[in-house]
Amino acid sequence: MADSIIVVVEQREGKLNRVSWETITAGQAIAAATGWTLEAAVVGGSAAALAAEVAAKKIAKVYAVESPKLEPYTPDAFAAGLKQFLAAKQPKLVLMPHTYQVRDFVPKLATAMGRTVISDCIGFKHENGKLVFTRQMFQGKLAADVSFTSDAPWFATFQNGAFRGDKAEAGANAAPVETVSVEIADGVIRSKPQEVFKEAKQAVDLTQAEIIVAVGRGIKEQKNIEIAKQLADALGGDLAASRPICDSGWLPMDRQIGSSGQTVAPKLYLALGISGAIQHIVGMKGARTIIAVNKDSEAPIFEIADYAIVGNLFDIVPPLIEEVKKAKAGG
Amino acid sequence: MKILVCMKQVPQKDAPLKLNESGAWIREDVSYEVNEPDAYALEEALRQREKHKGEVVVITSGPARAQQVLREALAKGADRAIHLEDDKFVGLDAFNTAKAFAAAIKDEQFDLIFTGLQSDDYGYAQTGVILAELLGLPHATIIMQIEKTDGGIRVKRELEAGYFQFVDMPTPAVLTIQSGINKLRYATLIGIKQAKNKPLRKVALAEVQSAIGENLQKIERLYVPQKTKKTEHIEGGAGEIAKKLVDKLRNELRVL
Repeated sequence: MADSIIVVVEQREGKLNRVSWETITAGQAIAAATGWTLEAAVVGGSAAALAAEVAAKKIAKVYAVESPKLEPYTPDAFAAGLKQFLAAKQPKLVLMPHTYQVRDFVPKLATAMGRTVISDCIGFKHENGKLVFTRQMFQGKLAADVSFTSDAPWFATFQNGAFRGDKAEAGANAAPVETVSVEIADGVIRSKPQEVFKEAKQAVDLTQAEIIVAVGRGIKEQKNIEIAKQLADALGGDLAASRPICDSGWLPMDRQIGSSGQTVAPKLYLALGISGAIQHIVGMKGARTIIAVNKDSEAPIFEIADYAIVGNLFDIVPPLIEEVKKAKAGG
Repeated sequence: MKILVCMKQVPQKDAPLKLNESGAWIREDVSYEVNEPDAYALEEALRQREKHKGEVVVITSGPARAQQVLREALAKGADRAIHLEDDKFVGLDAFNTAKAFAAAIKDEQFDLIFTGLQSDDYGYAQTGVILAELLGLPHATIIMQIEKTDGGIRVKRELEAGYFQFVDMPTPAVLTIQSGINKLRYATLIGIKQAKNKPLRKVALAEVQSAIGENLQKIERLYVPQKTKKTEHIEGGAGEIAKKLVDKLRNELRVL
């Protein structure tokens, strides 16, 4: 049997998660580089309908992995069901998006199979016949090329935005869909998930903001947030923050930008004292223009900034507020 | 409740990192601190103990310097500590780190095991979940709230995009803790003094060696990431920078 790659896509409430298409793009690129066959799997309720949607892409085969016990999601059921499915199919490589759900079960699944996951990858290389995955380390300050030293199946997850979902190639014909029923024994599922919910309405919607001034750890103290607020006011923009600022209670959680907060795409994103950990970057890299002010010239935020100012924000921001005011006053 | 908190020492957030000679790891002459999510995990364990009585045990692996995170935890109120002490623990993958922890605690019966949701160095976000599987325990990740119930616990998981979910589960269980779950306390002077007399068990690599194996994944090389964007540096005095920026905001970006 030829070596194969299986992309396990993710669904939310019967819809494919957007990042699943990105992982399919990644799978197509790895398949092209290695010559391995690309397949995909949809797991859980409404798997058959979603499998048909995935089958439109350039993929050799799509599996609908089903069991009544896969709905609602639990890590116990997903690990048990996928272990059974993967043990039968023997793929070389299993790819998944690095979502909160995948992070919740994939280390368990791999461990149950005596295997490992290279998690949170942003790319891959196929060099001298060896497949290596690139992932960020030290909060994005460094990147690492990581290889598998164990037997297949290999597991890797890709970070949100690592590949373009709209680049997933369509197939000439629809791929065949095979339904696979997995047996999950009684007693395997130990946790009982309740309904998913959203906290009391978010007071602040930053997704529509045109200008965002965001603060990170570099602001040092809660009282210093005032100067960022003044800059935001002068620019006619909104104030936002990276996670640690909200964790400290310096700004409410609904001002948080990042993977656990809001994803924004303003015209201008001014990052003050934000180092640019990956969890933050996924929330703001869609900004048209990014200006970053940071003392640390090696801060990862500078890798995605259009304009970089290496310096102390407490020196830079006050004159900037004055200049903005002057400009607005028609000066 | 008897709670284990897995903690890690990581390079300080603003520490400049340099590659070592092999190019597969950093030079270790940097300042270290407690991995932030682990600090929240410890805080939550201390709060649970204050509510329900019991014991908080902290564990870490790494060279002698890593003992500092245990001392800090003891000073904040943890009851005792376990240190898997050897330089070689630094290079273990998540699978083997979890195996080493599992071997070191095999004679203990914890009701709950906490880890931070991920580390600031490797960033695997895996060790806790792997540990749960190795110990045969249920787990839940990215936890924002924990309440004791009749048969176990009810936890609040953070999902993406502002969504949450409550999950009921039996104990013993493993939970990975999200930062921001609570407010961190500082160590008191008395706490720091008392920490010196609290038990700290050292575990040598040899004691857990039979439980661990070869790493299943290998860092081939470490490097400064390539820029994907063309970045223009704006330099000069603060006033000058402000003028240049406003000029760009006005004439190029047209947001003023």
